[in-house]
Amino acid sequence: MQTAAAAGFEIGLEGGFLKLTARGDWRARFLGPIDEALRDFEDDSTGRDIIIDMKDVEKLDTAGAMVLQRVLRSCPERSSERSRIVGASQAHSELLRQVEGHLAPCSVTPLHPNAVLMILDRLGQGAVDAYFASLQILSFVGLTLSTAGRVLAQPRRLRLTSIFAHMEEAGLNAVPIVGLMSFLIGAVVAFMGAKILRLFNADIFVVELVALSVLREFGVLLAAILIAGRSGSAFTAQIGSMKIREEIDALRVLGLDPIEVLVLPRVIALILMMPVLAFLGALLGLFGGILVAWSAMDISPALFLGRMQETIVMSNFWVGLIKAPFFAFAIGIVGCFQGMEVGGSAESVGQRTTLSVVQSLFLVIVIDAFFAMFFLEIDF
Amino acid sequence: MAESGAARNIIEVRGLKTQFGEFVVQENLDLDVREGEILGVVGGSGAGKSVLLRAIIGLKRPSAGSIRIFGENFYELSKKEQREIEQRWGVLFQGGALFSSLTVAQNVMAPIREHLHLPDGLARDIAALKISMSGLPPEAGAKYPSELSGGMSKRAGLARALALDPELLFLDEPTAGLDPIGAAKFDDLIVNLKKFLGLTVFMVTHDLDTLHTACDRVAVLAEKRVIACGTIAEVRRSGHPWIEDYFGGPRGRAALQSRGVGGRAGAQGEAF
Repeated sequence: MQTAAAAGFEIGLEGGFLKLTARGDWRARFLGPIDEALRDFEDDSTGRDIIIDMKDVEKLDTAGAMVLQRVLRSCPERSSERSRIVGASQAHSELLRQVEGHLAPCSVTPLHPNAVLMILDRLGQGAVDAYFASLQILSFVGLTLSTAGRVLAQPRRLRLTSIFAHMEEAGLNAVPIVGLMSFLIGAVVAFMGAKILRLFNADIFVVELVALSVLREFGVLLAAILIAGRSGSAFTAQIGSMKIREEIDALRVLGLDPIEVLVLPRVIALILMMPVLAFLGALLGLFGGILVAWSAMDISPALFLGRMQETIVMSNFWVGLIKAPFFAFAIGIVGCFQGMEVGGSAESVGQRTTLSVVQSLFLVIVIDAFFAMFFLEIDF
Repeated sequence: MAESGAARNIIEVRGLKTQFGEFVVQENLDLDVREGEILGVVGGSGAGKSVLLRAIIGLKRPSAGSIRIFGENFYELSKKEQREIEQRWGVLFQGGALFSSLTVAQNVMAPIREHLHLPDGLARDIAALKISMSGLPPEAGAKYPSELSGGMSKRAGLARALALDPELLFLDEPTAGLDPIGAAKFDDLIVNLKKFLGLTVFMVTHDLDTLHTACDRVAVLAEKRVIACGTIAEVRRSGHPWIEDYFGGPRGRAALQSRGVGGRAGAQGEAF
């Protein structure tokens, strides 16, 4: 490969014309260093005609040709016929002719107004979007419930295979992680309690601390959080990529209801499995607490369980468990809804998956807060 | 690399074997692509056209044989030398393969920014040039790939493939999914680019019209190898049953009639 000198140019005056003598290799990679100088030249050349001499140009590509044409066109309208390029070889003039019709600039990004307007615009857009999104999700809830009513009236239309598959994927496969997390949280609560309760010589109250928090809140909440991250996002991604590949449309044209085929089995599977996971979480949380109480505070498991039976009423257990199907419904609906909202690009799958997790976690916590207030009112 | 100009082979494939696990896609495949020609690669579905393309551009390592491109064996080069070779070719994937998080103009600017280190204004000018040359209107530059039709995605993909002024262009089914008018325009565009930029084009295609109007030579892939290679007339003379079915079938005859035998392909094709 012979090497040509990098692109360069000289400027001179010749008979009232500005003369630009180009030389060397005018291919895109060599244009970087001279571009600024060329633009200065274009700005300074006001009112004068330009001659570009190309006889010393060794190599040229479309980028180089474009730049030369740009320079040539920088002269004012009235004199444009007199400005010209001389000394170009056959191939180079062909290239120059080829790029001639393609010099219009093009926009790189969609136009943005100024920053303040943009922030206001975003704010307004966000508020409107939030309003319509909540309407949409409410209508999706209604759609799912009415479909569920229709399907449950004819139980043969219930897709058992699909429900069981999702129960395995979202429920059974989540057992190890839910169990481990609950165990650790139970142990941590007990440790924290141990330290403070000891100050008051009230070690034994660690039983109430662990049992109440784990049974009422932590067991079910942890299960819900993990399922939202694990299965809610998976639902969005699965349904979303089906949407992109037009599989949802294919279902519709084949006379199948996507809500019945895709959404219902997932939501039902979650509603069935979440109480199981919450129960398991509570159990392992207690186990973690018992272990810590035993090893760090010398409260034997028998003593722990005995006191638990005396002081903790059964309703605490039900409080935790009752919430599970509601959490499951929220997670399942949000996951499937966001999947259905995917549109256009692969990027949208990612955005919707993120949104799905954020929204279902938000809903889970809000629902939990409502339940807390509710149970407080009815003294349960 | 001091071979005489016209006969220089840009790509030389010798004894190529590619396989997926036990499944052999190609065996003993030989193929030459000459400088300045448009080579069309045809073959039935699953004949391995795209696999051949992927093997040549370094995405699918062959299990035997050699591929020389610009006289170098791509798979034996260092990473740095591979990058240098890659800058000398452009690839248009079947669906355009535009980066969905970037606008069309940003897509075209991506290789320019990455490899040429040009000032932003110049990179933008070059991108605008390529977008316009690919037959897109200037406002398409600010659009995201999800807002484009199939034909526009292909053109945008072509603009990106042309971003670095490559010497060699790979096209994977460039006219598939385009309407006949769009497909004909695309054929013209390719022929023009080849003529004026001196491109060499390696094109995988199913489109008989494209073969007749745009391609100088045709390579037929069947039985795990190239069974015939030459101008359409030469390829047809080989008399292989698949080739007869392909060019002699109703669609093949229609394409032939509408072009007149040889047509533009004959005018540009060189003696074999």
